[in-house]
Amino acid sequence: MTTTQLVVNEIKGYHRFVKFLIFLVLVAAVASMARFIFGLGATTNLNDTYPWGLWVSFDVVTAVPLAAGAFTLGAIVHCFNIKKLEPLVRPAIVTGFLGYSLVAIGLLLDLGQPHKGWQVLRYWNLHSPMFEVSMCVMAYTTVLFLEFLSPVAEKFGWHLPLRVLRWLEMPLVVAAAAISTLHQSTLGTFFLIAVDKLHNLWYNPLLPLLFWVSAISTGMCIIIVEATSCHKWMGQPNEGVLLRTLAKVLPWTLGLYITIRVYSLLALSNGPFFDQPVLTLLFFLELGIGFILPFIMFTQKSVRNDDRRRVTAALLVIFGVVLNRFNVSMFGMMDPNQIYYPSIIESLVTIGIIAGHILFFVLIARYFPIFEHHPETVDYSIPDRLQKLDGRSKPVVRGIKAQPLKAGS
Amino acid sequence: MSKANLTQNNSFLIDMTKCTGCRGCQVACKQWNQLKAEETEFFSGEGYQNPPAMSEYTFTRIKFRDYQKNGQNEFAFYKEMCMHCNDPACASACPVGAFVKTEEGPVIYKAERCIGCRFCMIACPFGVPKYEWSKGLPLVKKCTGCYDRIMEGLKPACVTACPTAISYGPRDEMIKEAEQRISRYPDRYINKVYGKEEAGGTAVLYLTSLPFDELGFKPVTMRALPSYTWSALRLVPTIFLTVGAGLSALSWINHRKDRLKAEQEQLAIEESVNPKEEN
Repeated sequence: MTTTQLVVNEIKGYHRFVKFLIFLVLVAAVASMARFIFGLGATTNLNDTYPWGLWVSFDVVTAVPLAAGAFTLGAIVHCFNIKKLEPLVRPAIVTGFLGYSLVAIGLLLDLGQPHKGWQVLRYWNLHSPMFEVSMCVMAYTTVLFLEFLSPVAEKFGWHLPLRVLRWLEMPLVVAAAAISTLHQSTLGTFFLIAVDKLHNLWYNPLLPLLFWVSAISTGMCIIIVEATSCHKWMGQPNEGVLLRTLAKVLPWTLGLYITIRVYSLLALSNGPFFDQPVLTLLFFLELGIGFILPFIMFTQKSVRNDDRRRVTAALLVIFGVVLNRFNVSMFGMMDPNQIYYPSIIESLVTIGIIAGHILFFVLIARYFPIFEHHPETVDYSIPDRLQKLDGRSKPVVRGIKAQPLKAGS
Repeated sequence: MSKANLTQNNSFLIDMTKCTGCRGCQVACKQWNQLKAEETEFFSGEGYQNPPAMSEYTFTRIKFRDYQKNGQNEFAFYKEMCMHCNDPACASACPVGAFVKTEEGPVIYKAERCIGCRFCMIACPFGVPKYEWSKGLPLVKKCTGCYDRIMEGLKPACVTACPTAISYGPRDEMIKEAEQRISRYPDRYINKVYGKEEAGGTAVLYLTSLPFDELGFKPVTMRALPSYTWSALRLVPTIFLTVGAGLSALSWINHRKDRLKAEQEQLAIEESVNPKEEN
C-alpha cells in the first residue's frame, strides 16, 4: 500500500463529524483563495466605512481571549502551585497553540499586504497598539509551539529536545503569562483611539484592563468546556473534580471584572448611554447574561459541583465575552444608516477557522499523547536515553582504564 | 511624538465664506495625482456633491449644504481633505510607521511599508484614509498634501487652482490671519478657527459663517488622539516586568517550599529507618 492509500484509508475510518469538519475547512480554503483572486472589495462586505469586519472582530479580537486558557492554567498550575490541575494543562496548550495559529491565518487573510506582514519586525512603531499585538502574537505563538513540542517529542521519542523542553518549562510558563497579559490588554487599547466612534457604553480608559480580566475568565471557562466535551465525546476520563477547583477561582475573576466594568461605566465614561435601543439591549445581554448570571452561578457550590450546570455557566461566560468583543469592535462602532453584515465568503472562512480548530484538536488528540500527561503516572527520569547511556558507559570506561593500568604494571 | 516645529509647518487656511463651489481644487487634485475619474450620478450621496464620498480615486471634494438665510435659499461649501494633523492618529496607529508627519507640514504615506491592517482607517477621526477595495493586494490612499510639489517649491495643486478661498503658509501666520479676519468682520464669521485645537491641532484651518455641525463637521476631541492609546501603551514595559518578575518570584517561593517539605519528609523517613544513629 502506498502512503496515499494509507492516508485515504485512515481518513475513511474517521467519524462522520470529523469528515464534515474536513469539508468545512476545505470550503474555507477555497473561499480564502477567492479573496486573493478577486480582491477584498469583491469578496467581503468591507468598505471605507467598515474597514474592519467579521475577520478582525472574530478571528482576531475574539479568538485571542478564547485561546487564553493556556497561559491562565499554566500560571495557576506552575506559579500558584496548584499542581493537581496539571492534567488539564496539555489539552489547554494544544487549544491555545491552535487558536493562535488560526489567529495568524485569519490575520493574514485580512491584511491587504500579507506578504509584507513580516515588516512589523523591521519597522518598529512603539506607539502603535497594533505593533505591540503583532509582536506579542508572534512571540506567544512561538512559546506555545515550544510547549506543544513536548507531546510531539514524547511521541517520537526525541530525548534531547524533551530534556531541553523540561528545563525550559518554567521560563516558558512565565513568558506566556507576561506576553499574554500585554497583548490581551492591548487588544483593548486598539479601541481607545476610536474616541468619537465607539459608543459610550463601551468606550472607557480601562478597556485594556477589562479585556485582560475577561480574557482570564474566558480562558478558564474554555478549559471547563473543553474538558467536559473531551469526556463526553472523546472518551476521556471525567475531570469533574479538577474542574470544581478551577470553578472556585471564577467567581473572583468574574466579580473583579463586573466591579471594574460598573466602576468604569459610572465613574469614567461620559453619557449618553441609552440613546440607541439596540445597543442598550446588547449591553444588558452582555453584562447580565454573559457576566452577572454566570458569576452568581459560579458562587453556588451546587453549580460548581455539577458537571452540566458548571459547563452551562462556563458557556454563558464565553457568550458574554464573544458578545463583548463584537460590541466593542463592531456593533458599538456601527453607523445606524449603513449596517455592516459579513458576506458569504467572510462567513465561510470564519466557519472554516472554527471547524479547523475543532478538527485539528481531534486529530492531534488522536495521534499525540496530550491526555496522558498525569504527573502521578509519568516518571520524569524516563524516557531518558542519555541518562541511561551515562549510567551504562561509566563503569565500562572505568573498566577499560583499569585494565591497561594493570597490564602495564 | 513629532519632532517637527509645528508653528512653522505649512498649513491650509480655507475660508468657506469665500468658496464659490467651482470645484477647481477637485479637478486639480485629480490631475496632479493622476487619479481616475469616478462614474457618478446626481444626488447619489448626501446632497449636490459628487463623487458621493472621498475614495481611493478622490482625495478632496467640495461638499454642498443648503440652508435658509433671511428667508432665502443659500448654499454653503466645505472642502473635505486630509487634515494633516500635528500629531496624527494614523501615524501612531500604524504598526510599521507608514505614516509620517513631515517637517514641511503634510502627513505622508510610505506605501512600501504598509502591511494593509487598516488600523489607520479606524484611528483617523476625520475618516480620511481610503482603501483600494478593487485590488487583490490593496494599499491605502489619501491626500499627500502635495508633498512632491512642496519639495520643489510649489504650492499644493488645490491651493494653486483655487481662485478665492485657500491660503497656504506657515501655521502660526495662517492662524494669525484667520483671527484677524474674524476680528475685522465679526458679523461675517463664526468666532472659531476649526483646526486650531481640533484633534490636537491640524494643518488645515477652516473659517465659516455657519455652525460647523450644520456643515457636517463631525464632533472631534480637542486632545491629540495618539495620547489616548499612549496613556495605556506606555505602561507596557512596566507591566511586562512586573508580571514576569512577580510570577517568577511566586513560583520560586512555591517550589522552594515544596523542596523543603520533600527534604523534611526524606529526613523523617531516614530517621524512622535508622532511629538508633540519632541516639
